Amino acid sequence: MKTTGANLLRILLERQGVRNLPGIPGGAILPFYDALHGSAIRHVLARHEQGAGFIAQGMARVTGRAAACLATSGPGATNLLTAIADARLDSVPLVAITGQVSQALIGTDAFQEVDTYGLTLPITKHNFLVRSANELLDIVPLAFQLAESGRPGPVAIDVPKDVQNATIEIDALPEPGKRLPLPACSDESIAALAHLLAHAQRPVFYFGGGVIASEASALARTLAHRASAPIVCTLMALGAVPSDDPLYMGMLGMHGTQGTNFLLEEADLVLAIGARFDDRATGKVAEFCPRATIAHIDIDPAEIGKIKTAFLGLVGDAADILRRLLDRLPPQTRPAWRSRASELRAAYPLAHPPRDEDPLHPVNLCRFLGEQLPDDAIITTDVGQHQMWVAQAYPFRRPRTLLTSGGLGTMGFGLPAAIGAALAAPGRRVACISGDGSILMNIQELATLAEENLPVAVLIFNNAHLGLVRQQQELFYRQRYEASRFQRNPDFAAIARGFGVRGVRIDPRADPLTQIADALTGEGPCVIDIPIHTTTNVYPMVPPGAANRHMMTAQPEFSHA
Amino acid sequence: MPDPLSSQVNSSLDGPTVCHLLNDKPTGTTPVILELVVRNHPGTMSHITGLFARRAFNLEAIVVVPFPDGATSRILLHMADEPKLEQVERQLAKLHDVISVLHRPDLAPEIFTRLINQIPSPAV
Repeated sequence: MKTTGANLLRILLERQGVRNLPGIPGGAILPFYDALHGSAIRHVLARHEQGAGFIAQGMARVTGRAAACLATSGPGATNLLTAIADARLDSVPLVAITGQVSQALIGTDAFQEVDTYGLTLPITKHNFLVRSANELLDIVPLAFQLAESGRPGPVAIDVPKDVQNATIEIDALPEPGKRLPLPACSDESIAALAHLLAHAQRPVFYFGGGVIASEASALARTLAHRASAPIVCTLMALGAVPSDDPLYMGMLGMHGTQGTNFLLEEADLVLAIGARFDDRATGKVAEFCPRATIAHIDIDPAEIGKIKTAFLGLVGDAADILRRLLDRLPPQTRPAWRSRASELRAAYPLAHPPRDEDPLHPVNLCRFLGEQLPDDAIITTDVGQHQMWVAQAYPFRRPRTLLTSGGLGTMGFGLPAAIGAALAAPGRRVACISGDGSILMNIQELATLAEENLPVAVLIFNNAHLGLVRQQQELFYRQRYEASRFQRNPDFAAIARGFGVRGVRIDPRADPLTQIADALTGEGPCVIDIPIHTTTNVYPMVPPGAANRHMMTAQPEFSHA
Repeated sequence: MPDPLSSQVNSSLDGPTVCHLLNDKPTGTTPVILELVVRNHPGTMSHITGLFARRAFNLEAIVVVPFPDGATSRILLHMADEPKLEQVERQLAKLHDVISVLHRPDLAPEIFTRLINQIPSPAV
């Protein structure tokens, strides 16, 4: 078969099962866009390449399968970088395809030339500069295989324009790339872990995003019940355990509940599953779980002992390891430990005023939204106070229902990720909970949302501040506020209408929750601007660098709560 | 009133960076020689050296020679035995283009010096 590089790339992507392909065209990728004409692949026209990258991330985070995105050379590629780096830190399978100037022009400072290979090198699992159309036959399946295998992550493919235009003769097409099975963890290690668990007095299970990535949520929960071990989750693991599970202690770390962090102080065994001991979770690492032996299950051998020495490290797929562990672990009751966990949970609830007194307190708002939206609704967030309130108070019940930028903490993630989620999960309700700072960072994607007409509700917790910056300035910089207050904020409802999206501004004086509920029942996409108190802080908070037991809690003079 | 912790925290922000690695071995300058077998194509060296640069980990010496098959190369790296070496090794092993990572305690750093000394200086 005679074909062009561009056409071959299109065929290979179709064979990988790519259905929605977000991107923005430009000179160096135009041959590929031409090849998309009449393809089974539906191109989703984003309004900024970062938006395209996060739309793809939304698709990948909801399905667990690699998603692709597309950009041209130069600024197209540099605009994608944040979304690629974000995928790397949160282990999201992403294949980023960029156009490049023709090979004859590479290195000449040609128009829209940038060293995409060099720029993506430190933020991808692997990257490729395609040197001939024939190489696509190996590179494209390999890119998908690498993105999905082991610890998932982003892969970049830079395709020069002459490679796209080249005509080649091919005999056969390669098999699509897919996730490779991993070497199994040894029986001895699993027996050793079963032994540790059986002999622990006060075990705690510490779930990370890897529990969700390996589709091991149900198994991990069953195992925790078998072992009568309370469960703590990282931000990335929220949803792995229903928030009303009797063993669930909530999120640990900087904005975790006090009882959760105190429980970890008392634990004698901590079993980390697919977690990487991030500083936001551990606080001062030398004082994290001071009485506990650490056992660590992870798919990435480099994570074992990276931050905290593990007494026992098990490398492999969490689902496989947990399944085999279940076969060996006798049920344990541990009534005293279970009741200690319940006692701590009851003793330190999330501080917030009653709903009828302050319906728009963010904790009340998150719980209200949890009641309004179905269990399988997908929530995306941006980054800041609203993100932490969602993490603390929204009642997640299923894995892959919270999409949030955990590692990189990218403001602007929420709206495009919500668009991607809605594309990948038709029929599901999607809500992007954002802040008035974050939403502006990718607000142009409202145009994409309007065009696609997806059931995405954007809820802006509007406090007229970069709230988490303001909070840190209040608490740690002697209330010297600098660049954290917006002197003028736009009318978000009017902006939404300008983009052709329903826009609602909530009046806090007239039964605001009913207004929100009404706005949520309308058809199609909408933006709901919710004025919240301007200086409410997220509590508890562990000061950066402090041990997790030193949690600051709501103080009347600082907090609305 | 600011929280009593805040002053404490401010000072810690200004303090020295805390090393998060707990498996600290005594820091020294014991030389380590690693041998890598890698796929031989453009970019492989960037992946490897970039990994060291990002972790502020100094490479003392490096030699790369392709195997006769042309598809793979052998790399000898000389570096100091610092606590973060183990993490760097594990990260190296994760690179797609790195086929194997091996410690070569049987080799001494002098092999690099001997090698470079065999090469005549350019005529001025």
